[in-house]
Amino acid sequence: MKGLLDQQFEHGGVIITKVDDLLNWSRLSSLFPMTFGLACCAIEFMSTGSTVYDMDRFGMVPRASPRQSDVMIVSGTVTFKMADRVKQLYEQMSEPRYVISMGSCSNCGGPYWQHGYHVVKGVDRIIPVDVYVPGCPPRPEALIGGILKLHEKIRNESRMKPTAIEQLIEKESHV
Amino acid sequence: MSDKKEELITLIRQVTDEVAEIANSTPFGVIIKAESLLSVCELLHKNPAAYFDMLSCVTGVDNGVEAGTMEVIYHLYSIPLNQSLALKVILSRENPEVESLVSIWKSANWLEREVYDMFGINFKNHPDLRRILMPADWKGYPLRKDYQHEEYYRGVKIEY
Repeated sequence: MKGLLDQQFEHGGVIITKVDDLLNWSRLSSLFPMTFGLACCAIEFMSTGSTVYDMDRFGMVPRASPRQSDVMIVSGTVTFKMADRVKQLYEQMSEPRYVISMGSCSNCGGPYWQHGYHVVKGVDRIIPVDVYVPGCPPRPEALIGGILKLHEKIRNESRMKPTAIEQLIEKESHV
Repeated sequence: MSDKKEELITLIRQVTDEVAEIANSTPFGVIIKAESLLSVCELLHKNPAAYFDMLSCVTGVDNGVEAGTMEVIYHLYSIPLNQSLALKVILSRENPEVESLVSIWKSANWLEREVYDMFGINFKNHPDLRRILMPADWKGYPLRKDYQHEEYYRGVKIEY
């Protein structure tokens, strides 16, 4: 899909679009990630913000507070001691919120999957994850790929469909 | 160096007779009784011939259920004399307990807490003996040979 501003501005500067498209476009163009890193993946996350990879071109500026953030990039090994904190930070973020799980550790436990008694085998056991970025650690290009995947997901969201009620009904019918 | 070894052993003999040299150990190390640890360390800390003013490392070792012993190894270093010494104490596995060295070296505080956290070795007279790495409500001592982790920790499955 073409971006909103790629369209022609005719008819006296008026453009016609759907509310969903406008909201999604504004939302995905300014995803604020939370300043938050857990292990070596955080170094790659920081590199992504550096001049070479320039995360700011996606409108992404790390915010120091979960209350001002839209996306949480779980960059690194989630230990059981940290798990409670990660969950608390996620709960402090305001809706709509997204989670990118970055690297093998937070995807599935990574190298700690067998003997790592202290590692949560996947951050999705604690909080819902939208995009998984594989790698150990993923290069900044891979993280940017994950961010673009998240853009795609947000672009296809809809606030007009009453999916929430449908989901609730479905959930209730299972009980 | 061998002169220094002899010198250190004679020095330790002032406090306790039970000193055994560890063969091929780098740095030079001796095994002493757990009961004499505190007095030996006080001597090694204060005596001008030894002057070990730094405790660089405390290590725990679990020899397993069959052997029935645990070890604590202290790595001492003297900055003015540029010499190192390792002290080893062997403890029973049923009730692993040794005197804390916090009264001599402040660095012992966190080092001993780590050994306590991983091996469950009790350091007597430690001012603040609690877990340092694992969460406070964690069950068991992970680096023991017979350690089995719980199935769940706070409702989250531990196994892959």
